[in-house]
Amino acid sequence: MSDANVTKTQSEFNLLPIELCSVSFQKSGVCLIDGVSVTLNSRGITVILGPNGAGKSILLRLLHGIEIPNEGTVLFKGVVADETIKRKQAMVFQNAVLLRRSVMENLSFVANLHKPQKPSNLLELLAEVGLAEKQHMPARRLSGGEKQRLCLARALVSQPELLLLDEPTASLDPYSVQMIETLLIKLQHQNTKIIFITHDLNQARRLAEDILFIHKGRLEAFQPTDSFFEKPDSEFAKAFIEGRLIF
Amino acid sequence: MQLFSDSFITAFYLIISGDPDLFEIIFLSIQVSLTSLLGSVIIGLPLGAFLAIHRFKMRSIVLSVLNALMGMPPVVVGLIVYLYLSRSGPLGFLSLLYTPTAMIIAQMLLVMPIIAALSAQIIEDLHSEYNDLFRSLNVSTTKAVLAYIYDARISLLTVILAGFGRAISEVGAVSIVGGNIDHLTRVMTTAIALETSKGNLSLALALGIILLAIALGVNLFAARAKYWVMDKQDV
Repeated sequence: MSDANVTKTQSEFNLLPIELCSVSFQKSGVCLIDGVSVTLNSRGITVILGPNGAGKSILLRLLHGIEIPNEGTVLFKGVVADETIKRKQAMVFQNAVLLRRSVMENLSFVANLHKPQKPSNLLELLAEVGLAEKQHMPARRLSGGEKQRLCLARALVSQPELLLLDEPTASLDPYSVQMIETLLIKLQHQNTKIIFITHDLNQARRLAEDILFIHKGRLEAFQPTDSFFEKPDSEFAKAFIEGRLIF
Repeated sequence: MQLFSDSFITAFYLIISGDPDLFEIIFLSIQVSLTSLLGSVIIGLPLGAFLAIHRFKMRSIVLSVLNALMGMPPVVVGLIVYLYLSRSGPLGFLSLLYTPTAMIIAQMLLVMPIIAALSAQIIEDLHSEYNDLFRSLNVSTTKAVLAYIYDARISLLTVILAGFGRAISEVGAVSIVGGNIDHLTRVMTTAIALETSKGNLSLALALGIILLAIALGVNLFAARAKYWVMDKQDV
């Protein structure tokens, strides 16, 4: 991935601020997201923290437009996401969803949806995630870490301005985690807004500029990372950091 | 055993002698089966894909009907097509009864539900796996369907083979609407039934062996293709 491919100038970067305005989401009569209002303005990495079942993934899906809120709106620079804005986003799912094709074909499928790219560009992307040598291999034969890295590379094919990641490093080995983190930092420096979910507090400390903590679908805290870990706004967040059970 | 060995010899002789009547029957069988299969795939595959990815009010009823049609008795299909195509029937003016076209229509009615129902199940499984990704990528419905068909090609090939098996081995419907007319609508299955009724068991068995060889050959070819693609793509 050449820098020219993904570097965006300040004027091109036009999805911020991202605003969730009183967003609620129910499914089968259960309230999963309850009146979340927050404005994401920083260009740094935003990490979403929270216990299992808190609604983190749903929140990410609402941001991406895969789920539609029952109440409230999600705004990007003041407007509801249209096709153009959606094309500027990419998401990596918790479970790596790979097409039943080769590694390279997984990338070229996305490339052909947007603007066809030279195979050399896609190969550069694969090299970036350490998969260039496996370009002809069936994607489903990759290891867990490799699959997740391929998903990340595929998400980058469309050169997104907003990258949403749902636990991209869960159950990966340290090498794969480091490779993904390095890539995320590089992307952040190239002005890609990154929002990702993790359960790894150390990872959150390392990468996040601000942290969004949710519990039972409610926004409990939204603070800069240092402030969040030193003096969290919410008792739930404090208990979560200290590793105590929260109900 | 004498009968079997005689049949093999008869079959072998008929093939190497290039018996024109035999090859006419074989070619018509393959022609009718492949044409009905092609028509069934053209209708059944998009129908299956549509049912797999769209949710509408009558969907479960349509799927249940398709599933029920998979087990439709061929003679009943033959009878229905006969009633429609007979002179007094609503489509009698087309004069299609006792023609290969009528046999193709009857076979399509038998094969199409198999293709549609099984491909709907296969594509639905793939759809539930890919749906979030495709929504995330803003993939159009047409491109999504093409991707499902491409990625499920091995499973769909098996479905198509099942359809071919149903078509080539079918006797009840084609004998009713085709009439088993020599040099016009006689196919291998109806010829086997006729020769058996005439007591010409050697010829009937010879035709049966050829029919089996064709079915086996097609399946072996498909199996080779399947493992080749599986090895390449791990699908």
